[in-house]
Amino acid sequence: MQIYLPIAEVSVDGLLLFGIGSMVGLLSGMFGVGGGFILTPLLFFIGIPPAVAVASAANQIAGSSFSAFLAHMRKKTVDFRMGVVLLAGGFIGSAVGVQIFTILRRNGQFELTVSLLYVVMLGTIGALMLIEGMRALRRRNDPNALLVPRKRHTWAHGLPLKVRFRTSQLYVSAIPPFVIGALVGVLAAVMGVGGGFIMVPAMIYLIGMPTKVVIGTSVFQFLFVTAFTTILHSVQSQTVDALLALILLIGGVIGAQIGVVVGNRLRAEQLRILLALLVLGVCLKLFADLVIKPAELYSLAAS
Amino acid sequence: MNAGWLAVLLALLAVTPLAAQETVVTGISKDNIALTADFNGSEIFIFGAIRREGPAQPDAAPLDIIITIKGPTRGVTVRRKDRRFGVWVNTDAVRVREAPTFYSIATTSPLDSLLTETELLRYQIGMNQAVRRVGGHPTITDTSSFGEAVVRIREKEGLYSVRDGAVSVAEDTLFQARFELPANLTEGIYTAEFFLVRNHEVISSGATDIVVEKTGLERWMFNLSRNEPLTYGILSVLLALAAGWLAAATFRLLKR
Repeated sequence: MQIYLPIAEVSVDGLLLFGIGSMVGLLSGMFGVGGGFILTPLLFFIGIPPAVAVASAANQIAGSSFSAFLAHMRKKTVDFRMGVVLLAGGFIGSAVGVQIFTILRRNGQFELTVSLLYVVMLGTIGALMLIEGMRALRRRNDPNALLVPRKRHTWAHGLPLKVRFRTSQLYVSAIPPFVIGALVGVLAAVMGVGGGFIMVPAMIYLIGMPTKVVIGTSVFQFLFVTAFTTILHSVQSQTVDALLALILLIGGVIGAQIGVVVGNRLRAEQLRILLALLVLGVCLKLFADLVIKPAELYSLAAS
Repeated sequence: MNAGWLAVLLALLAVTPLAAQETVVTGISKDNIALTADFNGSEIFIFGAIRREGPAQPDAAPLDIIITIKGPTRGVTVRRKDRRFGVWVNTDAVRVREAPTFYSIATTSPLDSLLTETELLRYQIGMNQAVRRVGGHPTITDTSSFGEAVVRIREKEGLYSVRDGAVSVAEDTLFQARFELPANLTEGIYTAEFFLVRNHEVISSGATDIVVEKTGLERWMFNLSRNEPLTYGILSVLLALAAGWLAAATFRLLKR
């Protein structure tokens, strides 16, 4: 079933798009990862212009994090005060990211930059996951091996501008979460990812936030940052394809529900290795596209 | 599925006869013809007639017909990749100031042998004439290859085409041709031109405008995104939030 995407201005197979959405949803349901980092490159592969893929992915993440946010709010696992600090950084980061996006596009370097960023990011995440998965597979017999003690005091506690975050039971400088939020905002605008793979470990290891509230608070930030990014991109880049986002979103929600069930039945370590291999595969394909001589050296852009 | 096809009827209005004995009748009514295309693209069916002042001369050289359809002209930036540090990077860019967003040529016999270079130039027929004013560049010497790239890429996308033999003639008088418009066409005023050719020369020509508009939800979304980008952005977010919430709520209900 061919669907014409009005902003991307390409016709794509609607079922394929739905399939990609559900596959990414399945992954997020199984592993609790957002999946934006794998969604956007897959959109490149099926011929969606990178600028549209990135901006529409931000729109899709806004939708998918909304229901997750509501669930976390019911469980009271959102630290709103921390969330607001992350969000303040996120808004600024997103605004900067949209400017970078515009400049890169004007110079015809957006596709290259975003591909390189993805190669580096997916390569790193994939390798880390593979190592972690192998290690977990080896020490499966030791049930306590995965429990890493949370550091109560890190260098982040020595910085000024200290704020008390009650939900997280922390008294820590607002600067590190602000910077982390800003970084994630830039990534949302330039790469079309939520940024959970950076935010979650950074909040746990750098700031010492309890794992229980990290996810809920991150989702709160992603929701508003991606919504803000979507609006900025709509106004400045005009590359948000709401129809594309909607199809991915519906596929994603269904996939996520299935993913939770599947994830509970299968062995986590083996799944993790499988996901790592998938991430590395996507990374390799992106890299190959950059290195192998393209069939068409010329490209057109409206001017 | 090929919906949205519309026959463009050419009212047989008399055109002032030229010096030539035979003229192409491309008369149009005063109103422009509106063509609506849905997201599957569209097809236009164009036909006309050859008007003769006297009886057809059996010993005359055969007549040929060329029909062209040209979309609104826009500028385009053409970029070329080159290898830098092992990676293919956009290095050179040339601006082509005039390139039609759509250009299709249909003929009764191969265009190459139909007209002389001078005639092609005079009547602005052919890809080389359509993609014009390739900007100069201080360091790039082969700027013409950038113009050729526009034609090559757009041919692949179905936006440009030369179709020899696509015009069929019946009874030596009535002619017709079918044109396919892709889904990603640009809205605006398209020009259909007709050329009557004998002995490598155009003996009569005519033109008519076609207003091309897209229809449906896709068009509405596209126009909103361009005319009211802020509203479009807010709507996109609200739509995503509503869809995300609804889908999750539906699943919660199903689980019970």
